[in-house]
Parts: sequence; C-alpha cells; structure tokens
Amino acid sequence: MAGLTGSRRRGGGAGWLAAAPLLVVTLIAFGIPTVVLGVGAFSVKGGGFGFDNLSATMQEPYIGALWSSVKLSAVVAILGAVLGAFLAQAVLTSRSGLLREAVLTASGVLANFGGVPLAFIWIATLGNSGVVTAALGLGSGVLYNFWGLALVYLYFSIPLMVLVIAPALDGLKPQWREAALNNGASTWQFWRHVGIPVLGPALLGGGVLLFGGAFAAYATAAAMVGASVPLVTLQIADALTGNVLIGYENIALALSVDMIVIALLVMAVYLPLQKRSSRWLA
Amino acid sequence: MTVELRELRRSFGGTVALDGLSLTIEQGELIAFLGPSGCGKTTALRCVAGFERPDTGAVFIDGADVTRVPANRRDAGMVFQSYSLFPNLNVRDNVAFGLRVRRRPTSERHSRAAELLELVGLGGFGERYPHQLSGGQQQRVALARALALQPKVLLLDEPLSALDAKVRVNLREEIRRLQLELGITTIFVTHDQEEALSVADRVAVLKSGRLEQVAPPAEVYDRPATPFVAEFVGTMNHLPGRVSGETVEVFGHFLPLDGAAPGEEVDVLVRPEAVRVSPSEEGRGFILASSFRGSIARLRVQLDSGGEVLADVPGHEAVRLAPGLKVDVTLVERPVLTAPRTAVAAPVEPVA
Repeated sequence: MAGLTGSRRRGGGAGWLAAAPLLVVTLIAFGIPTVVLGVGAFSVKGGGFGFDNLSATMQEPYIGALWSSVKLSAVVAILGAVLGAFLAQAVLTSRSGLLREAVLTASGVLANFGGVPLAFIWIATLGNSGVVTAALGLGSGVLYNFWGLALVYLYFSIPLMVLVIAPALDGLKPQWREAALNNGASTWQFWRHVGIPVLGPALLGGGVLLFGGAFAAYATAAAMVGASVPLVTLQIADALTGNVLIGYENIALALSVDMIVIALLVMAVYLPLQKRSSRWLA
Repeated sequence: MTVELRELRRSFGGTVALDGLSLTIEQGELIAFLGPSGCGKTTALRCVAGFERPDTGAVFIDGADVTRVPANRRDAGMVFQSYSLFPNLNVRDNVAFGLRVRRRPTSERHSRAAELLELVGLGGFGERYPHQLSGGQQQRVALARALALQPKVLLLDEPLSALDAKVRVNLREEIRRLQLELGITTIFVTHDQEEALSVADRVAVLKSGRLEQVAPPAEVYDRPATPFVAEFVGTMNHLPGRVSGETVEVFGHFLPLDGAAPGEEVDVLVRPEAVRVSPSEEGRGFILASSFRGSIARLRVQLDSGGEVLADVPGHEAVRLAPGLKVDVTLVERPVLTAPRTAVAAPVEPVA
C-alpha cells in the first residue's frame, strides 16, 4: 500500500513537471495581468485600497457603456445562436456533401474575421459612401449605430455558431427522431420534447461564446462607430490612453473587473448545463 | 391484426433493396426476417413502420392500406437496433413519451409507465436516466416504450445485436414471453439464424430483396426451399454426387432427391448431423480436428478423395473419435437437396 502511494506521488510529481511549461505561460499571460488589474482596480487616489474605482464605474458614462455592451452582446448572442443553429441544421441535413464542406470551411474563415479589416469591408459596403448604400440610395447613418454594429458582429458570430453547434447537431441520433415519430410525435413535438432540450446546453454554450466575443470586441467598433455607440471596451481604451481625460487608468482597470464579473456570471450558468449535455451526446 | 406486404419494391440509387416482396403476417404471429446484410430485411421493416415509402407496392395493417400514412400516425411500436432512448428523459418519461404527446393526464402516464416497466422487469427504475442503465436494460425500456400505446404491430429491428451473448439469450426469451402474453403481431429483424429459429413462429429468409422461403423454423432448417436457404441457415456440407433418376449417388449410397437436380454432376447438400462417422482402417478419410460443444462434438474429416466433411457426433464419443483416426463416412438416408457442382467438396459454415 505504501509502495502504491509512493508510486502515485512520483507519478503525480512527473505529471506536474510535464505541465510546468503550460502553467508558467498561464501564470505570465493570465496571472500577472490579473493581479496588476486587481491591484489597479482597487487602488485609490492618494494611496491605499478601496472601492472608489468600482463605484465610479457604476456611474455615468461608464454604467451606460457597460449596459450598452451587454445589450449589444446579448443581441448578437441570441440572433447569432438562432441563425447559426438554423444554418448549421440546414447544411448538415442537406444531401450535398459539397455544400456541407463548403459552408463549414467558409465558417472557419469567417469566424476568425474581425478587427479593422472587417470594419473596412462593411464601411465600403454599407457606409455612408458604400457600394450598396449608393446603389440602393439608403442615405447616411445606416451602419454607424447600435444595429449596424450588431450586423457587423453577426458577420463573424453566425459562422462561429455554425462551427460550435455542428458537432452537437451531428450528435443527435436519427433514431431519436424516428422513435419520437413512432410514438406519435410530430416533428415539432420531437424538437420541443427531445431535440431542443438535448441541444439546449450546446446552444447556450454557443450563445455564451458569441456573447463573450461581442463583449470583448474592440477594434471593429473603434474603427466603425468611435464614440457614437458607447461601449465598455471603447471606454476602457479612452481611459487607458488618456484620450479624453488623464488619470483614469484605474477606472479602466475597474471596468475590466466589471467585464470579468459579467463573463463569470454567464459562465456560471453555462458550465453545469454543458456538463449534463456532454453526458447525453457522448 | 394482420400485416400484409404486397409486391414491395424499393431502390436506393442503383441498389435494389426490395424486389417485389410479398408476405402476409398473421394475427399474433412472430415472424423473423432473416438474411445477410443488404438483403432488404430492415428496409421491409421500415416500410411497415413508415420510415421508408416503397417505390411501388403496398403495406396493409389490419386490412387498411397504410402505404402513404405518415410514421407518426401508424399503429406500430418499434424497437431500434441501437439504443434509442431519449437521453434527456428518465425511464418513466421515455416509456410515457407517446402518451405525453397525446396529452394524456399525468396520472395515466405514470401508471401506464409503471405497469409496463413491471412487465419488462424494470419496476423501480422509473427515475433513472438512460446513461445509468446497461444495454439490456435500455432495450427493455425501449420495448416498454414501444408497447405503451398498445400498437397493433410490434417491430423489432435487430434489437439484440448490440448486447452481450448471455443478455441476448435472456432478452430474446423475454421478448417471446411478452409477445405471447400480449398476443401482438410482431416482426423481428435479425441476421442471427439462431435468434430467428429460436423465437419465431415463422422465419422469412430474404436474399437481394426477394423472399427465398417463409416457413416454421424446423421446416426452414430441415427442408430448405433453395440452396441459398440451405447454406444460410445452419452448416451445410457440399459433397460431390452423381444424379441417377430420382436419386443421387454420394459415397456409394443412393439417396432420394428433394426437388429437381441442376444437372448430372452436382453438390449434395448434407447437414453435419446427417453424417455418420465410425472408426475403420479401410475408411475413406481421417479426422482432421474435433471441436467439443457439450452435447455434441463437431468433427472435421479429411476425405482421401479430396475435400472435407463436417460431422456432428454425440459429445461422449469425442474421446474415441480423436484427430488422426482413420474413419469411414456414411450418410443418413433421407431426401437431399442438390446444387451446381463446385470445384472441391467443402462445408459451408453459417453466415452468422
């Protein structure tokens, strides 16, 4: 018994040693910034620690930006999840293997599209002097608002959802549907009682991912809307660079803490559901 | 309720799955569809269930043409090959699923589910989820679910193929017991001849979408209608023979012919249990191998004339008839089937 314990201890030690490089990278890339962020967020003017910065982020204009970011992310997450799931289902159930391959490959590319190039594409298409704007005579301001930004975010969010939900849709056994039909269920009843509950956690997981992507996006919004749509990432950038006022760096860090808290809340809902779903689709 | 398949044809691209299949299954009968992979047995079952629509032909349940009736409005309960329980529902809700979509009261759903779970020997398992059950238990639940709506027909699509050997035997006996108890017309699809022969009232042997023979198990085994059935069901020796009038000469014996012979030089089809082996220095071969199977031993005899023959002898004779022993081979005198001559006499083992 003692030998076995000793062997386990040695095995455990070797395991930790193998994981050491990853742990060191994690510590440097995530640990140090988190500590710096925490210390800065809770540092108050004149020295010492307190909640002044966090309290400030709960006031205008920051609370408005935070709320606007949450709304935008929620809209992108919901629309992206629904449209992406429908698109994935349509592609996976089509008889064309070529279509499936084409859509999944295109999704892989588009899901990683972002930043200034993405903003430029949309400005050139639907901006005030965009090709489509001019051709259809849509006038100015089509793109530079909340819904314009949502549209641009959906451009990469829907393909991302297709990639995330496709394996879960593949995991739905055709026999479940046939068994439901055999028991007298309509197609809608199958989805209501079996399909959607089984896919629910995966759909929610995809939604969380889209929410996170939209919540953290900065460059596209900065290039497109600037300050016309208040977003927390733009507020953080302004505060860090002293774009409007100087000496607000710790407010930026406090806003980042707000973002982490929101992300953790979303994850707290998602993780238990995901755990249950993985058992069903195994 | 009777089920009638009338001239069913179904193709998938260039592959013909059903080629004019006609068959009537009587009220309360358990019929087994038996055949090799791709013979059309599952397609035929799916046509009855409504998951496949035949290109031509018709399906009648209890005299009514249901060919174009959607699957969810046919009165047929089905158990699938792979475990098909809904993973998000517990056992009770799986069994009561059909009642739920028909908006039956909760109390009725629960009592019916409990009754059926008792019937399949899983009383007290209602709160468990499918992933907490063994394969055999899952198929019992699937059986209970298929019976929940008191269907006219029970369809079993290789329900035992994913289970361990011992569980298979137990569950197939359980299925037969339930079927007899409920008196429900049942179609049982399988590629396992032992399974088909042991549970069915009649066995329908299919090949390339056509019906080769439909008959009680003993008749399929003892009097196969075609060489395919003879070779597919059980083990069969192919022995060289020469047709002479109404008889065929094999090993110097003249055996009566069962049906027409395909020529003068033929293969005579003989079951191992119809071959007698006795020690003899003047014999026509020697024992190559012996496989003890409890009540019998299967001997592989090398013939001096070339080729091999399988013979089943009582198990207690296995010690006396050891490999290397020179033996004589004779045949039980009874009508035999013949097939076109193959190059070398050889036994044909069953496909499954």
